[in-house]
Formats: sequence, C-alpha cells, structure tokens
Amino acid sequence: MMNLTNRSKVVSNKQMTFWERIYIPAILGGMRITFGHLFRRKTTVQYPEVTREFSEIYRGKHVLKRDDDGRERCTACGLCAVACPAEAITMISAERKPGEEHLYREEKYASVYEINMLRCIFCGDCEDACPKEAIFLTREMVRSEYARGKFIFGKAELVEPFDPAKRIDISKRQTPEVLEFKKNRSYKHNR
Amino acid sequence: MIKVTIDNILIEVDEGTTILNAARKIGGKVVPPAMCYYSKLKGSGGKCRTCLVKVSHSSTKDPRPMPKLVASCSTPVQDGMVVENLTSPEVIDARKGIVEFLLLNHPLDCPVCDQAGECDLQDLSFGFGMEETATEEQRREFPMTDIGDKIKLHMNRCILCYRCVYVADQLTDQRLHGILYRGDVSEIGTFIQNAITNDFSGNVIDVCPVGALTDKTFRFKSRVWFLKPMNVHRECSKCSGKVTAWMFGNEIYRITGRKDQYGELEEYICNECRFEKKALTDWVIEGPRHIKRQSVISANHYERMKMQSIIKPIEGLMESQE
Repeated sequence: MMNLTNRSKVVSNKQMTFWERIYIPAILGGMRITFGHLFRRKTTVQYPEVTREFSEIYRGKHVLKRDDDGRERCTACGLCAVACPAEAITMISAERKPGEEHLYREEKYASVYEINMLRCIFCGDCEDACPKEAIFLTREMVRSEYARGKFIFGKAELVEPFDPAKRIDISKRQTPEVLEFKKNRSYKHNR
Repeated sequence: MIKVTIDNILIEVDEGTTILNAARKIGGKVVPPAMCYYSKLKGSGGKCRTCLVKVSHSSTKDPRPMPKLVASCSTPVQDGMVVENLTSPEVIDARKGIVEFLLLNHPLDCPVCDQAGECDLQDLSFGFGMEETATEEQRREFPMTDIGDKIKLHMNRCILCYRCVYVADQLTDQRLHGILYRGDVSEIGTFIQNAITNDFSGNVIDVCPVGALTDKTFRFKSRVWFLKPMNVHRECSKCSGKVTAWMFGNEIYRITGRKDQYGELEEYICNECRFEKKALTDWVIEGPRHIKRQSVISANHYERMKMQSIIKPIEGLMESQE
C-alpha cells in the first residue's frame, strides 16, 4: 500500500530492554515536558475577566440599525435571508400603519426578524446584501446559553436601542467609498 | 414563407410576422426583451421601445438599412431582411438609454415591492442598465389607490405599458379603467375609484411587467424567492383552473397564472381561483414548476417534490430544548 505521509511507523513485536521495561526514564521524560510548560508564556486568558483584543471589524453578533431619527431601517426585503449561506435568517414582514411613521422608515417593516445564532457562521454576507444599511455585524460576541431555543435571536436582541447615546457605532465596518456616498444627500437612499 | 436573418441566424417565417415573433421562433438570447408587447393581447406593443433592433438590410428589393432603430414588436419582417439585436453595439447602447428612460419615474423601492424577483424591469435594468442616472429631478409621486378590494395600484411604479388596459378591453365585457390625462402626467385610473368587478380582472396583476398592480391578498406576505411555485389545478366553471400556487411549506400564499418563458400568461385565470382558493384542499398538486436557473427564485429550490413526512416530531423532545 502506498504511504500517504512519510511519518508512518512500522509496529514491531520487539522485546523491550531493561531500561525500557522499568518505564522510569520514559516517565521522567514525560514529566520534563509537562513541567517545562509551567514556565512558558500562557496561551490562554482568564475569560471573561480578561478579553483578547478584538479587530475593529470583528464579525460578532448582528445589530439591526435605526436611522438618525430612530426609525428601523429594515424593510424585510429578504435579501439577507437569500444571501445567507447557512439559512439562519427568517423574517415576517408587515405593513406600516398610519401613525407608525416614527417607528419604521419605509411602508413595509419586519414584524418578526430572527437569526439562528447556532446556524450563523458570521460570514457577513447579510451585511453585504442589505440594500438599506440595516444589518451589521458588531464586535459583541454571542453569549453562551444552556438551551438551544435561546440562540434564536429576535428583534428584542437585534434591534439597537432607541436612545441615541446607546446606538452601536458601525462606521468602522463601512468602506471609505460607502461613507463618501452617504454624504450625498441627493440620493433618496440617504434622505 | 420569407427568409430573415436575425443575429446571423437564418429563419423562415410567415409573411406579416413581426421581427420580435420571428426572433422568438429562434429563441434563446436572440429574442429582444419586451416590456409592453404581449403576444396574447391584440394591439399591444410599440410603447416602451425596449425591443429596439437594428435593421441593417431592409429586404432583397431594397437593400438599404433602415434609417433608425425600429421597434421589433411592431415591425413586420420582409424577405431578405437582416436584423441585428445583440450583435449591434448601437442596440445595446439604445437599450441602456431606454432603461434609463423607464426608470425616470420608476421608484427604486424594490426592497419593498412585491414584484421584486419576478419583475421584468428589474431583469432589464440588471441586464442593460447603468448604475447611475443623468437626471436629478424628483420622480413623480401618486397616492396609493385600490382597484377593487383585491388589487392595489402603485401608480409610482407604473411604466405606462398599457397591458392592463388591453386586458380589460379584450378580456372583460366592460372596461372600467384606463389611462387618464396625457403625456408625462398620464396615469392608470378608474373613474371615481370605480371598482373592477369582472371575473377576470385579476389578470391585470399578472400582465403588469412591474409592481404597479399587485395582489392585495399577498401584499407584503413574503418575498417570491422564499416561495415554491407549484403547478396545481382544480375544477373551475369559469376558467381552465390551471394555475401556479406559490407555496411556503403546506400553505398557499398566492395564486398566479402559469407564465411561459417570456413572462406571458399561458391562460387567463378567474378571480375566484386567484383570490379565494388559498387552501391546499382546493387544489390538486401536479408538481413543482421549472424555474430558470438565472432567476433569484431558484435559490435554495429543488425541482423534485419532497413529500411531507408522515412521522410526527416528538413534541416533548423539542420542548426540552427551549
């Protein structure tokens, strides 16, 4: 049979020598490796007291953005769901009623918007697909849970707070071209 | 029989055939796109100019080229005619301009529009359109109106193709809607919000190439690419009863007519089938419809029908995970 690597060893039934039979040299050799690691630099951190440095554009938990007036940007167009390779996103849309103009930006909005965080692979395709700059991935991580059901994040977990001071800054995730485009108020997109 | 050459392909057609129909006999990419022409509606065509082609050789008698690009939907072929569609850069350029013209007043609200994903104008602008527009003017805006209790009219999105007017004229005994006003202020309207009550009025939804006329029973319910189109039929006293059901799981979200490869209805269906029969028990399922691979509707869809499992999931098992 052809070898796939050159690291395979042929096992033999050869008798062990006296030194090999008492095992003490082998144990000491193993101990040396084990205790040697005590004096090396630690590779782990004491999470959650200590956290690692995150990239500015880390792709963590999603956020559904509000616009400057606090209206939800998402119109439930479904492009994020069709772009999602893991099929993690589902939504149900509803029509905006008169008097709800301060809540939703367009005449249609997502009444239910769910991301299954167990399915999500945090690729950021939803963000790329979004025509309304509504969904972004943030530097926040998805917390661990004991039950699967809690990983289905609805609008309560995803939509950012109404309070302007608590809004989530995603400007780092946008390219200079996008930021330049957004300055142009003549596009309906930016109004 | 006369011979024409379209994009270097020779075909023999009957006298009086239009260039567009001759191209449709060849099929494939040679066929010019059409926004207003509808083969099943008499008198349609000649309005949107999307199907412009170049005639580089008028006929064997008169070999001169036609001075301008011609609308292929309303120009009959002549013997020995040589037509250029995609092979002519002039045509591609003209079509780019046409898309820009069609989009002058068409709002870019595809994320909201129910037609998105099966919209002719969306396909056209994806294929030929430019990323930018040369105009700065505001698009015209109208209040939303209802035509009857089942059809919603978004006049903002209308491209004035007149297809729905022809449907009402030719299919129903009494036309109640038409084009009001003239020129760039013209709009589709019913006189004093007259409801269209004819049995076949729902077909205006299917013939509309854009999202101007939409189904109110399906309004904002789902996006077309989340649904599975199925061929279903039922016994119907008014129409053939052969329709497409757009399903999500075991639920029928909406009913449309069956459309052929050019987006035209194979048969007109009645309003009872379209709006009222939304239960699975009303229909006999034939099987899934073929979807073009290029269409967004084909995303995550399979042609084979998967029957629902007869084994019920154990309810207690799922609840313990909540």
